[in-house]
Amino acid sequence: MNQIPALVRVFAYLSLLTVGGGMAAFPEMKILTVDVHQWLTFPQLIHLYSVGQMAPGPNMMMIVSIGQWAGGTLGAIAVLVAFFGPTAILAFLVAKGWRKLEKWPWRTSIQQGLAPVSIGLLLAGCFSMAKGAITGLETGAMAVAVLLILMQYKINPALLVVASAVVGVLTFMPK
Amino acid sequence: MNETGRKPALQTTAGATKAPAEVSIFQIFLEFLIIGATSFGGVVPYLRESLVTKRHWVDDKEFVEMLSISQSLPGLNATNMAVLVGEKLGGVMGSIAGVLGMCLPGALLMFVVGIFYREHGDHVWVTAALKGVAAAAVGLLLSTVVSLSKKSLSSKFDFVFIALTVVSVNRWHISVPKTLIAVGILAILFHYPRKGQKASATS
Repeated sequence: MNQIPALVRVFAYLSLLTVGGGMAAFPEMKILTVDVHQWLTFPQLIHLYSVGQMAPGPNMMMIVSIGQWAGGTLGAIAVLVAFFGPTAILAFLVAKGWRKLEKWPWRTSIQQGLAPVSIGLLLAGCFSMAKGAITGLETGAMAVAVLLILMQYKINPALLVVASAVVGVLTFMPK
Repeated sequence: MNETGRKPALQTTAGATKAPAEVSIFQIFLEFLIIGATSFGGVVPYLRESLVTKRHWVDDKEFVEMLSISQSLPGLNATNMAVLVGEKLGGVMGSIAGVLGMCLPGALLMFVVGIFYREHGDHVWVTAALKGVAAAAVGLLLSTVVSLSKKSLSSKFDFVFIALTVVSVNRWHISVPKTLIAVGILAILFHYPRKGQKASATS
């Protein structure tokens, strides 16, 4: 069964929702990739997203893995183009116009207004992921610990993610 | 926004850096490829280090402005910045070179990781490690939310819009685009241009 057209449709749509960050699209991504198209399970989606935080570059590269699972190498490329193409074109077009609007008073209003909404969307994405990722006292404590460490110290978050893998093995390995 | 108070200091450097005379498309690609391959834990500091400090392709003020545009538009900061900087240095081809360089390393890595995870994802130790990693990812996301709130909110009332957005998506299960448009319009109207308020380039 050829999944490429569906992959392109879904990820082009999702890309337009990533206002403020990739996570803004997460609730919708869960519905479309897990519930509707069943390319992967919810725990798999969470795992791929989380592992993706250790990779360099844009932090949503786990979409490539979903594309590869559903449609092989071609699926991976299709997803990449669908997810980054439309927003790149939009950014390209807006960049020119936006600079000309420097004196337009609503420009500031738009930026000030979109800021809380994009933060809200990130938080909503965070909560829908937490539903699957925070399964008990230990995982909850780890999330809080990471939050506090990052707020207190200047440490590379990727290192914390690696460290949490080690803590995970030590804590959750069946004896 | 809260940059406004510090604006005069930033403006002293304005106009100091014009785009360097000749930056080839290949140089753009290579620079973003390096950023794309090394930016562990979030691209923004790496972008600043490379584009502002090392290469002087954009100055600090321009960087902040490009970042705020990237933030307000759909698309990830990393690739939107690649488009904006690439466009400034090399037009359409520059943008394409920037995005490709930025995406290639992470994409190749996740391609391989995805295959590995599908083969071995159900091993006990992998499952245990991933449980920890997922918990950390939630903490990391929360810290992003906190630092973004500190940086980019301009009014106490903005927390109402944040709450409204979260409840709309998570409780009422209203789709993200509908929420974005509805709460977005409300919030933009709330921040309508006040009399005497100047449009600010850095906010």
